[in-house]
Amino acid sequence: MHRRQFIAHAGAAGAGVLLGNWTGRAADDIATLPFDNGDRPLVKYPQKRPLLRLTTRPPQLETPFSVFNESVLTPNDAFFVRYHLTLSPPSMDVLGPEKFRLHIKGEVNAARSYSLAELMAQFDPSEVVAVNQCSGNSRGFFQPRVPGGQLGNGAMGNARWKGVRLKDVLEKAGVAAGATQVAFNGLDAPVVALTPDFIKAIDVDQALDGDVLLAYEMNGEALPWLNGYPLRLVVPGFYGTYWVKHIHEITVLDEPFNGYWNNPAYRIPDNSCACVEPGSTPRKTVPITRCNVRSFITSLADGARVKAGSATTLRGIAFDGGYGIREVVVSEDGGRTWREAELGRELGKYSFREWTLSFQPARAGNYELKVKATNRIGQSQPREPLWNPAGYMRNVIETVRVEVT
Amino acid sequence: MKLWIVVGVTCVNVVSAVLAADAWKLPPETVKYQPGPGMELAVANCALCHSADYISTQPRLSSVAWKTTVEKMRLKYGAPIATNSVDRLVDYLVKNYGRAAATK
Repeated sequence: MHRRQFIAHAGAAGAGVLLGNWTGRAADDIATLPFDNGDRPLVKYPQKRPLLRLTTRPPQLETPFSVFNESVLTPNDAFFVRYHLTLSPPSMDVLGPEKFRLHIKGEVNAARSYSLAELMAQFDPSEVVAVNQCSGNSRGFFQPRVPGGQLGNGAMGNARWKGVRLKDVLEKAGVAAGATQVAFNGLDAPVVALTPDFIKAIDVDQALDGDVLLAYEMNGEALPWLNGYPLRLVVPGFYGTYWVKHIHEITVLDEPFNGYWNNPAYRIPDNSCACVEPGSTPRKTVPITRCNVRSFITSLADGARVKAGSATTLRGIAFDGGYGIREVVVSEDGGRTWREAELGRELGKYSFREWTLSFQPARAGNYELKVKATNRIGQSQPREPLWNPAGYMRNVIETVRVEVT
Repeated sequence: MKLWIVVGVTCVNVVSAVLAADAWKLPPETVKYQPGPGMELAVANCALCHSADYISTQPRLSSVAWKTTVEKMRLKYGAPIATNSVDRLVDYLVKNYGRAAATK
């Protein structure tokens, strides 16, 4: 999927002379995403392996797609990173156990605050395996192109999250009658006072459903700094925009939250496909919420070569917004005929679901492999991509072209 | 519950030790603005809040799209762009990062 461009040392010096800009500094490896202006340096960040850097300040890092073929749980050191505000991530000085506190306030019977150790001691732990996917994952593939973070398919990840239930913490404070929404704020901050702080909200019913976590662990380890250490919200099934990192303030509201990051940001067309005619403007929008159905082939990258007559196991992942995957089908002929793949072990309805299927092409030639998933309420994926002006919720049936020789 | 506290505290301690060993520094900002007329406006008005790759990784946007983006930064994010600088900044963005740049 990614064309890594390695420049041999001697060759690089030569190229530098030719280009007239050689600085003597070793160049980063480059991954090239398959759309115009898609070159991304692979850069090493604290606690991370080299990831595709979309932006530097604030940081946005994308997971190399090959990682999704390594394991169903995405390793912490490869998990994508997305920040909104300039002063991100917050300094470790304010995140450590001596300084960090979580505050519960607003429409509650008694405002409270906890250190991380107090949270862990006073509430029962809970775990969930859940996909965190950026609303704008795959935005770079939109046609016509739209402004925003130009991501390939690597702004998603699946992890085992452990924390305390938001429900338990809210009930301890006592949610007042008439509460409608709960707002979440993290310690990341803007540098200009007029920039809206990154605050997100969900309905009080969802906040109290028991699924939403205040997570302090990810795949059995403390959250990485760049993924929200020491505490982040986990809203299973919902897009990553709600998964507030470095969360330190929970405010129960008696009216719907209407901050910038809820309106006009992070909104989709108010219809069943969350789409409009490419290039047009939606008449009415609503906040983005639950992930739609997606599936990927992870074992073969676009342009891969396979030997005729030999058997290969195709492998990949499928997921949705929390109903669970019912079926994955694969086509070898560009979508004319489909075969049902075998589903792997279910790690929970919010998790990536692994699928496998034997692939034994008899004849040489070009094959167009496609994968399509359906969830337990019958939702599936479109043959043609859906479009909206913010570049959210791409879930077209993916295609991998392989050459059989 | 008591066992859990011990495990939790131990976990935090181990993490702190690992964190201390790691350098909590982010890699430096290396992407520069394209030199040319109007670059000083980008440096003065955009660089305060974000690195230049927020601009350089965008698709080759039209002048209308760049103008919309500049106005969004000015009106929604509080970027200190003087109203009489908007058109010159948009020209710089289109010329260096927009549709005009694609045909260079």
